[in-house]
Amino acid sequence: MREHSAAELRALIALHRRGDVLFAALGILALGIAAFAFAALFFDMLVSGAPRLSWQFLTGFPSRHADQAGILSALVGSALVMLVTAAVAVPLGVAAGVYLEEYARRGWLADLIEINITNLAGVPSIVYGLLALGLFVQQFGLGQSIAAAGLTLALLILPVVIVATREAIRTIPQGIREGAYALGATRWQMVSGHILPYSSPGILTGIIIGLARAIGETAPVITIGALTFIALLPPAPVTPEFPWLSFEWLRSPFTVMPIQIFNWTSRPQAAFHANAAAAGLVLVLMTLAMNGLAIWLRHRLRARMRW
Amino acid sequence: MRFWRERLIEAALLAAALATIATTLGIVYILVKESVVFFQHVPLWQFLTDRQWTPLFADAHFGIVVLLSGTLVSSAIALAIAIPMGTVIAMYLAEFAPFRVREVAKPLLELLGGIPTIVYGYFALLFVTPLLQWFYPALPGFNLLSAGIVMGIMIVPYVSSLAEDAMRAVPMSLREGSYAMGATRFQTAAKIVVPAAFSGIASAYILGISRAVGETMILAVAAGMQPNLTLNPLEPAATITAYIVQVALGDLPHGSIGYQTIFAAGLTLLLFTLACNVLGHVLRRKYREAY
Repeated sequence: MREHSAAELRALIALHRRGDVLFAALGILALGIAAFAFAALFFDMLVSGAPRLSWQFLTGFPSRHADQAGILSALVGSALVMLVTAAVAVPLGVAAGVYLEEYARRGWLADLIEINITNLAGVPSIVYGLLALGLFVQQFGLGQSIAAAGLTLALLILPVVIVATREAIRTIPQGIREGAYALGATRWQMVSGHILPYSSPGILTGIIIGLARAIGETAPVITIGALTFIALLPPAPVTPEFPWLSFEWLRSPFTVMPIQIFNWTSRPQAAFHANAAAAGLVLVLMTLAMNGLAIWLRHRLRARMRW
Repeated sequence: MRFWRERLIEAALLAAALATIATTLGIVYILVKESVVFFQHVPLWQFLTDRQWTPLFADAHFGIVVLLSGTLVSSAIALAIAIPMGTVIAMYLAEFAPFRVREVAKPLLELLGGIPTIVYGYFALLFVTPLLQWFYPALPGFNLLSAGIVMGIMIVPYVSSLAEDAMRAVPMSLREGSYAMGATRFQTAAKIVVPAAFSGIASAYILGISRAVGETMILAVAAGMQPNLTLNPLEPAATITAYIVQVALGDLPHGSIGYQTIFAAGLTLLLFTLACNVLGHVLRRKYREAY
């Protein structure tokens, strides 16, 4: 190899240093583009949608007249669907996560379940919609109902809840388990008394992220056949007479926020686009609040974790 | 007594874990069941080779190539944006960024990944398309280009976050060795960290690909829903996913051939993402560097 003179070496070092600076600039540029896209999306919706945001918009029903239309039925529909989704996905997901971490013996079954969960997480959401259309709507006869939509979205976010549960459980040191066993606890006493309480903040974070994803999902709910023009609310879950609870709402037709936005966006008139922007703003704020809460929870958790 | 209670609880937990297997079986069962009926009407070779897709017309044609072309073009645009941007961001955050920048950038990217796709669809149709028309006035209101660009932005956080995790998992001693040899930060990142994290970065890319292929609402809103055999990103075209949405919006009777086409389209989609997952698995196995 040829000897470099000191001046050549200095030039070479300067060249390499410049490479570092250039790449850091490129990284900041890429982040800047992402931040700009986020800002553009948010401000575009704010400018077009904010004038439409009013009490009347939040509490009104869809209408053929853009200036009288509101999102009440979509808001209520989204809330009820999320209720079903959470009621199904949380127990199933947490139980599956606990089983895989605390009970499953290494073997083909555990491997199969694990590979299957990874695969499910990669299945496009519209395929879940087709599953729901064929199975829930047609074969189980649930029809185009809140129950069918809630179940579909629950299956969709199940991998998220399971993975979060497993990660939260994995951070608990082995000593906790051994301590409980040493005092004569059974496996379930150990899990219910120690593992679940200590992992609950991590699990909660996963549940919130899963629900934030479910509330914005459009494709699977469209495939079920959710209606876009719903001018009445589902029957109330609480009734004045005995037994005070009614489950009629599970079978009722519905619309949800993303479908309402889709419907307004696909119309040609600009007045409806303003409605779509306003509803989009409400939806984005809801998902941002949920994701922000999850990020904050995780941050706090990391700061407080002392084993 | 206690023994049986324990066994019962274990069985219940196992049942919950098996629900995930049941979901997969359910998906395969439904898609295959309806597709079998479809392929009794339409021979497989016609499905693969016909160059027209008009399932609802009197003169019905079922060429999946038409829908695949839309999926291919939009995914290619999205990945041309998401893969370079995601990789650069991941390398920057893992190797270059000061602690403070990372603390701000990571949650921001996570929030960007949490925005509902229908909102991205609105953004593509009513912000990006008019912006592009300002540069190129002949661009139609529905086009694959703007949907692809927005889809790319949407996928960046998925790619960058997984790729960054992979790079951070590379042990510090490798970097120290590289610095000790006189390498700069960029040389270390590009020649040591990225190759060492290759299996993780590859699975980040594969996740990006399966997101792009399965993305629905951005395309249904911004790319139009007309089947169009084209490789030109400036034209409107339907993708596999947008076609399913279009049929689901109409009121097709259960059991009609139009109803069954969406299951055949869905099966194509599932097989594609499954192939992606298997490829990712193989890559991880083959290139995994154990430390």
